[in-house]
Amino acid sequence: MSRISIEQVKHVAHLARLAITDEEAEMFTKQLDAIITFAEQLNELDTENVPPTSHVLDMKNVMREDIPTPGLPREEVLKNAPDHQDGQFRVPAIIE
Amino acid sequence: MSLFDHKISELHNMLHKKEISVSDLVNESFKRISEVEEKVQAFLTLDEENARAKAKELDEKLATEKEFGLLFGMPIGIKDNIVTKGLRTTCASKILYNFDPIYDATVMQRLHEADAITIGKLNMDEFAMGSSTENSGFQLTRNPWDLERVPGGSSGGSAAAVAAGEVPFALGSDTGGSIRQPAAFCGVVGLKPTYGRVSRFGLVAFASSLDQIGPITRTVEDNAYLLQVIAGLDPMDSTSANVDVPDYVSALTGDIKGLKIAVPKEYLGEGVSEEVRQSVLDALKVLEGLGATWEEVSLPHSKYALATYYLLSSSEASANLARFDGVRYGYRTDNAKNLIDMYKQTRSEGFGNEVKRRIMLGTFALSSGYYDAYYKKAQKVRTLIKQDFENVFEKYDVIIGPTTPTPAFKIGEKTSDPLTMYANDILTIPVNLAGVPGISVPCGFSNGLPLGLQIIGKHFDESTIYRVAHAFEQATDYHKQKPAL
Repeated sequence: MSRISIEQVKHVAHLARLAITDEEAEMFTKQLDAIITFAEQLNELDTENVPPTSHVLDMKNVMREDIPTPGLPREEVLKNAPDHQDGQFRVPAIIE
Repeated sequence: MSLFDHKISELHNMLHKKEISVSDLVNESFKRISEVEEKVQAFLTLDEENARAKAKELDEKLATEKEFGLLFGMPIGIKDNIVTKGLRTTCASKILYNFDPIYDATVMQRLHEADAITIGKLNMDEFAMGSSTENSGFQLTRNPWDLERVPGGSSGGSAAAVAAGEVPFALGSDTGGSIRQPAAFCGVVGLKPTYGRVSRFGLVAFASSLDQIGPITRTVEDNAYLLQVIAGLDPMDSTSANVDVPDYVSALTGDIKGLKIAVPKEYLGEGVSEEVRQSVLDALKVLEGLGATWEEVSLPHSKYALATYYLLSSSEASANLARFDGVRYGYRTDNAKNLIDMYKQTRSEGFGNEVKRRIMLGTFALSSGYYDAYYKKAQKVRTLIKQDFENVFEKYDVIIGPTTPTPAFKIGEKTSDPLTMYANDILTIPVNLAGVPGISVPCGFSNGLPLGLQIIGKHFDESTIYRVAHAFEQATDYHKQKPAL
């Protein structure tokens, strides 16, 4: 039984903002299915009472003094932008 | 004979005695690049004009100054996922083909303060996703020991450039083995520091809970000198650790009498080639001869590390790579009807297949209905893997095994099946999941291809693994061999 269907792959691609062709969807379905099937070996382990690890070092809520500092200059920030206008990033139409 | 056959400390002394100039060092780099780069293809960008100007400036300083640091005037190569102000940084991805960072990574600031000279940016698997550098969006880097083979990855450019003598040392990054595996394949020394040891500020994020920057060098001593400069707390990275940085070079005593070594049976078992196994057993004999003892142990959850890693690293990557959307920097598609379409086309045209595959795997593992089954499950297994290491380190000083299951493989040999390629990292991935430090040092050859010995230490105990690696290096001559090219 496959773990992920072609419809699911297309849905995931949409969520991840990736345009994929039908051919690519087929390839990714096969590959992702193999990887997910492989990953299911983790189910051999009983982890009912095991806490999850999101970070290996025992630290949390690292705080610093709230001291205002100047941000990056606007012209520097816009330097790498594909398109900008009046000191702002410009993008294609949001509403048709 | 190349200047770079000398250790950094020797070059430093030669500068002191005015036997060489900084310009000589930079000339050596570019001369070697002009000789071998066509074959090796390690660099994506060269910064020749600035490097030569900086060398001139430092030579003037040299004429008047008596005291200067160990890295003063030393040429260095930088992996292309570390941002360098004004110097193109692409992560070997088309989506960043034209990106010129407007600030320096913390490690770059520290290298500038130490007056090291950046020679250029080094090739890698796109966004550090890969084990052979074949996933670069731009070029194929070749292993200097055999041009038909891969240099390893993802820091393949860094390891190949050091092995080829183009730079005396380089920086790489390691998320699942990306420093140690190419170091092993190219016959050089590569360290993944403890998670939190080196600031990640300015390292383009792949998997934030696993990524670490580290040094790739010809010798263990050089490696220690480079880590000394880049290690330490950074207010710009809240995951950098507030733990004192010891003097690493003073740990290189050569004395490992009484050292207790653990050798996990899982690291010499299934999937590990006979020649690799034998080289590790031979290395253990050398270490025994120096007064260490070793015993077989078990890291029982090792076989689950690969699956755990791919779920966690891909999940983190799917979030981290959301920023590449064609709005603020990098590539933007020419043919988009509206904003959503622009995002989709930009990302599809800009990312390679391995990156897309991992973004989709991560998006799936994090999506509603699958989160507990995949992402959270993997986080729990990560705890078990981390505990395996804690248990062993209660009784032993270091863990030793091979760095890779085989020597460098042929170009194209593993590209068709992602899982085959992933399996190459089974011995390095657990170290990232546990957050402990690990080093790869040359420990032999198989049919002319270098092999790497992996030495793993406790959290923040780079000193001990350096001490062991150095003692082993001094007792052998593998590090003195150079590829013919």
